[in-house]
Amino acid sequence: MSELSLQLGIVVGYLVVALLIGLVAYRVSTNVAEDYYLADRSIGTLVLLFTTFATLLSAFTFFGGPNLAYAQGPEWILVMGVMDGVLFAILWYLIGYKQWLIGQREGYVTLSEMLGDRFGSTRLRGLVAGVSLFWLFPYVMLQQMGAGEAITGLTGGAIPYWAGAALITAFMILYVVIAGMRGVAWTDTIQGLFMLSVVWIAVAWVLSAVGGPSGATAALQSTNPEFLALGSDFYTPAYIISTAVVIAFGVTMFPQINQRFFVAGSDRVLKRSFALWPVLVVLLFVPAFLLGTWAAGLGIEVPEGANVLPVLLSEYTPVWFAALVIAGALAAMMSSSDSMLLSGSSYFIRDLYRPFVDPTMGEAKEAWLARVGVALFATATFVASLSRPGTLIEVGNTAFGGFAQLTLPVMVALYWQGTTRSGIVAGIAGSQLLYLSHVFVPQVTVDLAGTAVPLFARAYGGWDVALAGMALGALLTIGVSLVTTPATEEDDSRFAIGAD
Amino acid sequence: MATRIRTALWVMTFTVLVVLAVPWFLWGDPRTAAGLPIWLWWHIGWMGLASGVFYLFTRADWDRYMGVSDV
Repeated sequence: MSELSLQLGIVVGYLVVALLIGLVAYRVSTNVAEDYYLADRSIGTLVLLFTTFATLLSAFTFFGGPNLAYAQGPEWILVMGVMDGVLFAILWYLIGYKQWLIGQREGYVTLSEMLGDRFGSTRLRGLVAGVSLFWLFPYVMLQQMGAGEAITGLTGGAIPYWAGAALITAFMILYVVIAGMRGVAWTDTIQGLFMLSVVWIAVAWVLSAVGGPSGATAALQSTNPEFLALGSDFYTPAYIISTAVVIAFGVTMFPQINQRFFVAGSDRVLKRSFALWPVLVVLLFVPAFLLGTWAAGLGIEVPEGANVLPVLLSEYTPVWFAALVIAGALAAMMSSSDSMLLSGSSYFIRDLYRPFVDPTMGEAKEAWLARVGVALFATATFVASLSRPGTLIEVGNTAFGGFAQLTLPVMVALYWQGTTRSGIVAGIAGSQLLYLSHVFVPQVTVDLAGTAVPLFARAYGGWDVALAGMALGALLTIGVSLVTTPATEEDDSRFAIGAD
Repeated sequence: MATRIRTALWVMTFTVLVVLAVPWFLWGDPRTAAGLPIWLWWHIGWMGLASGVFYLFTRADWDRYMGVSDV
């Protein structure tokens, strides 16, 4: 029992510290929408880097990823590196910096607002916000599921899944409602540094007990020699490439990531973050995923439904340290979720509620309504998370694929002045329909001239169907733009940076 | 003309950075060094290189392709 109270004390203690930081941030904020969402566009390098980084991390870093490495080998490190380290960094420049430049001049707060204004269409604005909120829902759910599993695992079932998920949901709501973007960014920084340190300490601790990396790898060689060779039946080139591309493109359109593109204090901040990105990704994911891999060689048995990392740590490190790592994991989930909730609420209020319901809404009402929106959204995802509709990885991948459909139409619009409203609407709607049908319509196999052809499968020959959706989105945007003329409300000078 | 060559070089550089972040030429290779698979060492080194190249890009041509006037 004292062990249980120690574990809970550490976890709850962490959450309270995060809340206190939020309160401090609240005291220096001015409660105007631009400050609430964007911290007055004044975020510095370290904070921007870590707030984006912490937001990218989720239940996947500490649970889903190491579990996968434990079961299939460490190649996910490569997927993370290509995806987050290189591809995302390049998109950070191509999409992020461009949006920052446009946002500085036009004062945009959300992606949907930017597109709606450029194409003179409130409906487009609503469409982008609606699509984003739709895919955000499963991803917030994912964090709550991860938190529920983590707390149940830590306490050996003494605290049930629903109670763990509920605890985190309550903290998330409280936190975002009180602090806004400035508070979220501050705790993200602390959480990011905390996670980095904790994971390296964990590696040092485990390795000192098993004779260093050579000892751990030698053990792995005797149990799972196939893990050391690059590639496997699971990690095919098609799998590595589709996963990395779909997630990297999807990440840029996540509301909480995309909104970060508007918050940098200066372009120096964006440049530094861009250059540090690959190194940071390696520093975090190599140790986290290697721990999962080595666990396979150390004879760690993971019970059904549990996660490998807590089991490994409870074997090799003291109780308090294992609890601290779980607190770090919860930190990752909270920082992901509170950013998502915050951005989700700004999409809802600014791009759906205000334009379609109450155009005359004042700033004070907006700030108040944003907080109510957060509470409602988080409660809805919590209720949905109780049914546990899939594994952490399945739920996450589906959401990334949905967001990835938006990326190419947006890029075409950002860089090609010939894009028309009809073009971008066709690109977004067409790719979403293709992807949605493959996610929700059950797979059927039809017989075509003697060969069985699967329809509505999630992958064809190992390639994710999301890639086909992305290509379709780009083709439709360009093709329909070519055969239509701009509506009179469209203003392509909005995205032209050099013109002024 | 020099600008176009420069642009082509950046596009090629970034493409190579993406493509070789996974050491495809070590596919199926189980050799290890200092306790880690050598394909993982390649990746770690490659990410360091990517950071270096990205830094150079921010110093050299970051603004050139965005049409920001003061470059």
